Amino acid sequence: MSDGSTPMAPAPGCTEDRPVLKERGQREVFCGLTGIVWLHRKIQDAFFLVVGSRTCAHLLQSAAGVMIFAEPRFATAIIGERDLAGMADANEELDRCVRQLLERRPDIKLLFLVGSCPSEVIKLDLSRAAERLNVEYSPKVRVLNYSGSGIETTFTQGEDACLTAMVPTLPDAAPGAAPSLLVVGTLADVVEDQITRIADKAGLGPIRFFPPRNSQDLPPVGPNTRFIMAQPFLTDTAKALTDRGAVQVNAPFPLGVEGTTLWLKAAAEALDLPGSHVDVATAANRDRANRALDRYRPELEGKRIFFFPDSQLEIPLARFLNREMGMELVEVGTPYLNRTIHGPDLALLPADAMLSEGQHVEKQLDRCVAARPDITVCGLGLANPLEAQGLTTKWSIELVFTPIQGFEQAGDLAELFARPLNRKTRLVA
Amino acid sequence: MELTVWTYEGPPHVGAMRVATAMHDVHYVLHAPQGDTYADLLFTMIERLKKRPPVTYTTFQARDLGGDTAVLFKDAAQDAYARFKPQAMLVGASCTAELIQDDPGGLAEAIGLDIPVVPLELPSYQKKENWGASETFYQMVRGLAGAHAPAPGTERPPRPADRPARVNLLGPTALGFRHRDDVVEIKRLLGEMGIEVAVTAPLDAHARDIARLGEADFNIVLYPEIGLTAAKWLERTFAQPYVQTVPIGVGATKDFVREVAALAGIDPEPVLAANESRLPWYSASVDSNYLTAKRVFIFGDGTHALAAARVARDEMGFDVVGLGTYSRERAKDVRAMAKELGLEALITDDYLAVEKAIEDSAPELILGTQMERHIAKRHGIGCAVISAPVHVQDFPARYSPQMGFEGANVLFDTFVHPLVMGLEEHLLGMFREDFEFNDDAMPSHLATAGEGEIRVQPQPSAPNGAAATNGSAVEPAADATGEAGTHWDDSALQELKKIPFFVRGKVRRNTEKFAADNGVATITVETLYDAKAHFGR
Repeated sequence: MSDGSTPMAPAPGCTEDRPVLKERGQREVFCGLTGIVWLHRKIQDAFFLVVGSRTCAHLLQSAAGVMIFAEPRFATAIIGERDLAGMADANEELDRCVRQLLERRPDIKLLFLVGSCPSEVIKLDLSRAAERLNVEYSPKVRVLNYSGSGIETTFTQGEDACLTAMVPTLPDAAPGAAPSLLVVGTLADVVEDQITRIADKAGLGPIRFFPPRNSQDLPPVGPNTRFIMAQPFLTDTAKALTDRGAVQVNAPFPLGVEGTTLWLKAAAEALDLPGSHVDVATAANRDRANRALDRYRPELEGKRIFFFPDSQLEIPLARFLNREMGMELVEVGTPYLNRTIHGPDLALLPADAMLSEGQHVEKQLDRCVAARPDITVCGLGLANPLEAQGLTTKWSIELVFTPIQGFEQAGDLAELFARPLNRKTRLVA
Repeated sequence: MELTVWTYEGPPHVGAMRVATAMHDVHYVLHAPQGDTYADLLFTMIERLKKRPPVTYTTFQARDLGGDTAVLFKDAAQDAYARFKPQAMLVGASCTAELIQDDPGGLAEAIGLDIPVVPLELPSYQKKENWGASETFYQMVRGLAGAHAPAPGTERPPRPADRPARVNLLGPTALGFRHRDDVVEIKRLLGEMGIEVAVTAPLDAHARDIARLGEADFNIVLYPEIGLTAAKWLERTFAQPYVQTVPIGVGATKDFVREVAALAGIDPEPVLAANESRLPWYSASVDSNYLTAKRVFIFGDGTHALAAARVARDEMGFDVVGLGTYSRERAKDVRAMAKELGLEALITDDYLAVEKAIEDSAPELILGTQMERHIAKRHGIGCAVISAPVHVQDFPARYSPQMGFEGANVLFDTFVHPLVMGLEEHLLGMFREDFEFNDDAMPSHLATAGEGEIRVQPQPSAPNGAAATNGSAVEPAADATGEAGTHWDDSALQELKKIPFFVRGKVRRNTEKFAADNGVATITVETLYDAKAHFGR
């Protein structure tokens, strides 16, 4: 197949002169709609209405339906043949669905119209639909739109698209205010609270988080805003915030002790505070986290790990597992590599680490099976088939659905990788 | 457009995947955007298959739309052929690819592969999963068996007297509700009747097996939603009659045995005499007396809903107060059954309409799909799953057929289990204010006290989004004093509440032990995490 692969081509613009294998072919990844599964829990008064096909509804149901028994805060307006044949005005149909929805869920304050592959291909203009519906439902409900289609977004990029759509709605920060810190990217509530406590102790506060837990509580943004990303998949959000005048702070991602320390120091320095403030304020946390990591190091040290592309978390995870847990990197695959955002983590990877961007899943499987890594990080479509071939896997989606950032979660993060190996040793035959 | 919270069926290409994945040497090349590979995990996770589904997706992206997506498809098909070396290939489009109209059938033909290629036309915006599976199976049967068809009007030669009757089992697929064990049970029953199974398809069939479907004496359609169209074509083409009685329930299984025996020219009575389900005795025993006239609501695919209605009425002594299906192809049969029960059938794929009908009929038991479990849970009604769509727990490790005499045993246990047991029901009627055993609590053989909150959860649709008032009822009031005299400060207690409830008790115990061991008098947030670091998970 002409997959356009460029084996080990030097990556232009990389922070280092580091080769990256770029591949094209079948990609075994989720589309951006999947982001709804966690975003609808993070922003509690928001509702996500996908405009798409039965496939889109089926995806959300399969990805989330296992866990969700109550009526969820997402739904699909399924495009029918009448909409395609022009027998029904798709815009009127959409308005009718939104009316029906808002009557059923009067508690909604923020409605996202989420584009899909079918809606993008037939060029249904959801941004105009959002404008139109805003006129009708403002100020009770704000209507925004973004695309979570597979043709444009991969898995966590759906969150990027969602947050990018929210950026223009953020209030302006007061001019001349002191520099303030904004943490960008969905984090577990408990992680946000820990970061807040450390920030208070180290004098970084007050800090704000984006996305907020409630759509009525939007953080202000302006030229005095310093923003630091807590998640690596927010390329467009970063650009949108920069366009509002905010200043981006680059750092390794807050995974593990080293990552969290460097992340906090970068935040401090952006606020013109010495990094030593962070050292002092977090000494106990770091010590504790190191103790937690010690528990899992014997299980992970020297083990060889292979990452299939999934969430863009692969590079910072590989950095943590390599530097703090002593794991050997066989291949680190990422769906998309942003050299600015991933730069600080890339710089900490061993020089010979094999990186790949994009995917030709059959060739990548061939490489993986030939290398026989001790543990393979991959999606649920590949995990059991690889286990059946005798490989040990760690399913990657869990890394998006588990609190893993910060000092107190460092041990938990290591445990996620130790657990499948531990399990292998427990099961007889 | 149609507002959809939950969907009963996937798109039709998922039905095609179910056929391809059920088989051994068939590959499916699916023109689809990046992301549609989510469907793989239905098979690898829900059904826990050890192999990847035999599906190659083109996974095109936006940047490909400006170029030649048709070339992308041809390359993918050629690549799949070279890599997997299938004996037959299915080619088709998913909903988005249908819009860009690349014509996978024509493109595959142009490649000129030396294996049969079956093009699939699955209208994604009109049809759904079961139709997709049925159409795919039918097209494959036509494509592969058609070459062996006798001249139209040819009489079927009579079966030699010394050869046992030979049948095909049609309809079981991957991701089918209990298909795996139903096939085992029915094969066992047929074996006892001295009938040979020539081909079971699509489940576990090879392409070459499909080609020889015409050799059997007659067909048995286990799942009409998937196998009936192909069976009708085989009847027209090869003059093979088919059995359409679905052997779910004792009565239906007996009817099935008699119908099969008649076609095979054998006496059914020895087999009927040798097999006895336990359901009739269990249902007749006095313990089951309280089941009489329990109000039951039934919803599912046509086949399973019809079978459950007959079992519920004739074999369990329930009152069926609602009957419906999302299988529009079976609407006529379900309407007829509903009429017999004095009901109006509910033919819909609108989850909200099903919820409304359940509310209106106020059943004591719901027999339905995974979706009805959502409704049942919200309303605090007992529920058992009788039909797809289902989740991972309904692909059990143990032998769990629905069909045949053992299937009837499974049905009895399944239908009765969610109900409050007889004695408990009596006691609830006598003593209504017990703090543990009350109307709001789940039956005590099913749940811990904490799960009682489920029964009084307010509707999410309630105006103003009335918040759950009793969500905290699960938790005993937060107690700042732990064992061994340790004390929790407020912030530590707040932090503890952020721990997921299923591990909270463990974390609490660990932290208190840690505090006691280390002489910590007041537990702070720091202590909590010190303990967490000390003990690990």
